[in-house]
Amino acid sequence: MAEVSGALSGSPLPVTGAAREAELRYYTASQFQLMWWKFRKHRLALIGMAILGVFVFIAAFAEFLAPYSSTARTVGYLYGRPQTLHLIDAEGQFHWRPFTYALSAAMDPKTFLLETKEDTSTPWPVRFFVKGDAYSFWGLIKSDLHLFGVEEGHLHLLGTDQLGRDILSRLFYATRTSLTIGVVGLFISFFLGLIIGGISGFFGGWVDDAIQRFIEFIRSIPTLPLWMSLAAALPKEWSPEQVYFTITILLGLLGWTHLARRVRGKLLSLREEDFIVAARIGGSTDARIIARHMLPSFLSYIIVDLSISFPYMILAETSLSFIGLGLRAPVISWGVLLQDAQNVAAIALYPWLFTPVAFVIVSVMAFSFVGDGMRDAADPYSR
Amino acid sequence: MVKYLLQRLAIMLVMLAGLSFIVFVTIELPPGDYADRRALSLRSAGIQFTQEDVVSLRHTLGLDRPWYERYVTWIGNIVLHGNFGVSMTVHLPVTEVLGQRVGLTVMLALATITLTYGLAIPIGIYSAIRQYSIGDYLATMVGYFGMATPSFMLALILLYISVMVFDNSVGGLFSAEYAEAPWSWGKFVDLLRHLWVPALVLGLAGTAFEIRTMRATLLDEKSKLYVTAARAKGLPEWKLMLKYPVRVALNPIASTIGWELTAIIAGAPLVSFVLALPDTGPLFLRALLDQDTYLSGAILLMYATLTILGTFLSDVLLAVLDPRIRYGEKI
Repeated sequence: MAEVSGALSGSPLPVTGAAREAELRYYTASQFQLMWWKFRKHRLALIGMAILGVFVFIAAFAEFLAPYSSTARTVGYLYGRPQTLHLIDAEGQFHWRPFTYALSAAMDPKTFLLETKEDTSTPWPVRFFVKGDAYSFWGLIKSDLHLFGVEEGHLHLLGTDQLGRDILSRLFYATRTSLTIGVVGLFISFFLGLIIGGISGFFGGWVDDAIQRFIEFIRSIPTLPLWMSLAAALPKEWSPEQVYFTITILLGLLGWTHLARRVRGKLLSLREEDFIVAARIGGSTDARIIARHMLPSFLSYIIVDLSISFPYMILAETSLSFIGLGLRAPVISWGVLLQDAQNVAAIALYPWLFTPVAFVIVSVMAFSFVGDGMRDAADPYSR
Repeated sequence: MVKYLLQRLAIMLVMLAGLSFIVFVTIELPPGDYADRRALSLRSAGIQFTQEDVVSLRHTLGLDRPWYERYVTWIGNIVLHGNFGVSMTVHLPVTEVLGQRVGLTVMLALATITLTYGLAIPIGIYSAIRQYSIGDYLATMVGYFGMATPSFMLALILLYISVMVFDNSVGGLFSAEYAEAPWSWGKFVDLLRHLWVPALVLGLAGTAFEIRTMRATLLDEKSKLYVTAARAKGLPEWKLMLKYPVRVALNPIASTIGWELTAIIAGAPLVSFVLALPDTGPLFLRALLDQDTYLSGAILLMYATLTILGTFLSDVLLAVLDPRIRYGEKI
């Protein structure tokens, strides 16, 4: 707490005893510090934060972390089962370096399905920092170094899809797409909500009435079917990038009503607060009142709302892509990956195609935990 | 009360008009019109269809008139004749394609709402009365999971479990012997026997939310003085709970029926698609993918109408439950 002791200097309160010191620390802490202390108490929120950190890390370094590129195919291993890592070999000997076994495929005479068997005589050791598929990191740095992989054979920890592409690697790339699309969509709804809610709260009167009725109207529409209809109207000959761009904007249009309401409500109640009236009497300009006094006192609530609406963005994107109305290959997102798991046959035969579901659920749960924690921390003065 | 209802009814009609316009926009949005697409499908089938034919078809269908005239014709046909236009993929009137599927969607929505509240109210009461018990924690945990998992994914998971563990798919709404049979009591019972699975999937998120609301409000109410007073007078505990705090706690739950219904209708198409239910959901997705706009527009209009009707009904219900509302007081 080095920064706290800095805040102590010049404080008029006398310091006596440990209890007094704790109290003093509380009263001299900055608003942000109070929020952090309050947030820290929320165990689940901390766990959620850690999980989200991992996701952001994956999204940032997808090329390096993924053992393969998103399109590389292992031709002899279509719909391949996830390979298991071993530390103990067939003779019962322990190895520090994890390894996986070579695989041999044979047709099952009864079901006519390819059954793979581990060939315990040829181990494929897993190595760190191996050279593999070439990539250009965020389109800037060219490299072919991967965090882990095998030098001989292949390594598919989560199995492969219909074309023999590594699911783990594709999941990493998909994480990048799904998270970025969520963030961009969030920014769009943030600006829309701030502007429309701001107008509504600032002008009041009939403008406010009209905007509020409009928001009620929008909220009464079942959004997903409407968005599906709009997404379906996108011309078929558009490039995947154009579709990506448009879908992001569509998602951005999804969440603003909630935020606009919140901003308006806060503005209306803040207008009457004593400290605003005092600032006005003191001769502050409107711009200064908004920027210096109003914004800081409701910014935390807006951040909370943003963190709560983020899952909706991700879910909307996943749903749209899942049924084939959203993003399309070669763009990969969680929803695009889930298209492979649409039917019962795929689930029964190739259950590992199902792993993106876990990613979506874990990320959404992590976000709701963090949102809960932030909601508690947003008002750090209620003890 | 009558004045309040008339006011709500007027709002509902205005909303319906606005919605029909939005639906019309989604129908008109794809590039090209019906004549173009019909020409394309005829030509790809090898039938001669010249540019003059396209122009004359466009004229007979009135597609060359300005958009507002077309909107009036479209909505007029729906309201006056129940004519929703023609499906472009199967060349049948939309009403014929939809058939009894609309009824099944309505049944699904009703079953989901019933199940949601049927589960949420008792579980919420239990959670509040036995706070921090194992049952309470269990409800909270299931709640977190339910709120984090979109319903279509839940349907996928359920499908996965039913296939992997029970070796039997939960999809569909009818047993084989009733699938094509005419409606009878047996078929209805069979439907109910299958309906609870999609209803549960669709309603889990809502149920979780309502349990939380019910629990929170009841916990607030339970510690109020009027409860203590009633207890001091010697009222039996269960009678006391049901008669006073539970009734108060029902209010916020009832006021969200409209939103619940909107959420259910929004989630329904995907769940029906994943579970292969013979209702409007899979048809809607198919129509969207094929850009069969009159069909998808009709279904979208139906979804929107259902939610607005639901909101209206929940307003009425709330006015019955809470007299303060119908006199225009703020609560």
